Amino acid sequence: MLKQVEGSHAVAEAVALCRPEVISAYPITPQTHIVEDLGTMVKAGGIENCQFMLVESEFGALSACIGSSAAGARSYTATSSQGMLFMMEAVYNASGMGLPIVMTVGNRAIGAPINIWNDWGDSMSARDSGWLQLFAETNQEAVDVHIQAFKLAEELSMPVMVCMDGFILTHAYARIDIPNQAQVDEFLPPFQPRQVLDPAAPLSMGAMVGPEAFTEVRYLAHHKQLEALELIPKQAAEFEAIFGRDSGGLVKSYEAEDAETVVVTMGSVIGTMKEVLTGMREDGISIGGLTIRSFRPFPREALREALKHAKRVIVFEKSLAVGMGGIVAMNLRMALQDFPIRVHSAIGGLGGRPITRVNLRRMFEKGIQDQLEEPHFHDINMDVVNREIEREQVERRSGAIAENILHDVGVVAAAKAI
Amino acid sequence: MFQVRIHGRGGQGVVSAAEMLSVAAFEEGKHSQAVPSFGSERMGAPVVAYVRIDDKEIELREPVLEPNLLIIQDPTLFSAIDVFSGLRKDGYLLVNTTKSMEELGVDEAAEKLPAGHVAAVPATELAMRHLKRPTPNTVLLGAFTAMSDVVRIDSVFKAIERKFPGKIGDMNIAAAQAAYDAAIAD
Repeated sequence: MLKQVEGSHAVAEAVALCRPEVISAYPITPQTHIVEDLGTMVKAGGIENCQFMLVESEFGALSACIGSSAAGARSYTATSSQGMLFMMEAVYNASGMGLPIVMTVGNRAIGAPINIWNDWGDSMSARDSGWLQLFAETNQEAVDVHIQAFKLAEELSMPVMVCMDGFILTHAYARIDIPNQAQVDEFLPPFQPRQVLDPAAPLSMGAMVGPEAFTEVRYLAHHKQLEALELIPKQAAEFEAIFGRDSGGLVKSYEAEDAETVVVTMGSVIGTMKEVLTGMREDGISIGGLTIRSFRPFPREALREALKHAKRVIVFEKSLAVGMGGIVAMNLRMALQDFPIRVHSAIGGLGGRPITRVNLRRMFEKGIQDQLEEPHFHDINMDVVNREIEREQVERRSGAIAENILHDVGVVAAAKAI
Repeated sequence: MFQVRIHGRGGQGVVSAAEMLSVAAFEEGKHSQAVPSFGSERMGAPVVAYVRIDDKEIELREPVLEPNLLIIQDPTLFSAIDVFSGLRKDGYLLVNTTKSMEELGVDEAAEKLPAGHVAAVPATELAMRHLKRPTPNTVLLGAFTAMSDVVRIDSVFKAIERKFPGKIGDMNIAAAQAAYDAAIAD
């Protein structure tokens, strides 16, 4: 049914349709509305057989899910940014134990400096954990991918995080088709755990594993992600057959099939990019776009297939490995290393810096001339940067960088409209 | 695509205004996007919200840089930020004030716009009368429906009812109607 709702609310409705049995909740901007809305639904009796637990922290939230999933309950939670860090031990625990928890990540930058706005820092901090990481481009896709996530998690017995850009998607009102219960029940069967705590059939979950077997256990987590490379497209096709929409999958091409230059990105920014790419094509430039929908598992073969004809790739990402460069770019370069393709790395949108059609077009034009720095920091103000570097060179007690820069750009800049 | 930028301060219902405008457009079968843009959430801090309305799916995620409609819920913002940035020559300007554009010092910007595209609405006063609260948002939406065909007043009423069921919704509808009537009379 078509509804005009906030992204968070749509996600809450999608999760509710998946018949979760335990939802543990701890608020953090920008995912709070999701767990709040789920709480409201549970209180109103809208979700059968569901226990909604308020916990004391994000570490508590995911730990509660670990317990409930181990007991055989379909379990869900949500977090962002610092919350992800606070639960990090549990994040590795959940994937290490192979528990099919689904968690929404409302992508938000990680501090310091404290920042509530969108970038992929939080998801990236868990990219090696074994959790599957699926990125939604629109709120409609967020709804659809959450439904697919439960099925994927339970089929593999691995946890899945559904990543959606904070504020840009979580807080955006849009026209969304919310599926009905019958459709979701047809797609998603009841949870049948591979492992469950049961006094009648005792087992150890989370056993200590020494050097003699750790490699094999860890390898199997990797193996499951490789299995997911087959399962994700298969389930996306099953989803399309029931719900009538192409959502999820490994990658999606936006007229990249025969493009000389392909811009590769993830999440919502492709929406703004599409218009730019169309405009450039109308001006005779051979350029297209590609989104990575599944970041973990990294869809190596699908990307090689999609990009093999290209001369050049521009990776645009809202993430930075400090001291190294672009993370998605690194992953892609590894996948394409034997191809004669030039891969540019552009990093932008950090901490919620707006990305506009105008500044994208400028960047793409530099890219097609192979004139982007390595890596290229999109929309960065180097005058501000250089003034701080100079301050540090001139004086030992140069002060706190964040405060210095806020004074430099004008503290009201944070409150400025645009 | 019709793009709206709403400026106000925390607590004045800027984000709700954007939500309701997007729901009104939805009620008319259109695609619509409403997104808030805030700094630290606190009462009194400047808040901006964006709305886009179109006949096809809206995929643009950038801030609204060239609004067709600018709604200023708090005129004290004129001295704090450049609210007029990018306002289109054929755009609309709606300001919550009892003063004239001249008295506010923004007549230069207002004069650039076509006749009938500028309105000073005493929205806080109308809100106090009908809602007993100084929240000008639904009043301003009501006034806007009198200025253009982008959304109809009855769609705005449906959006208000959806957001505020019961008595509060009724009071807001009355306030919006009053603003509409006043704007039509002008």
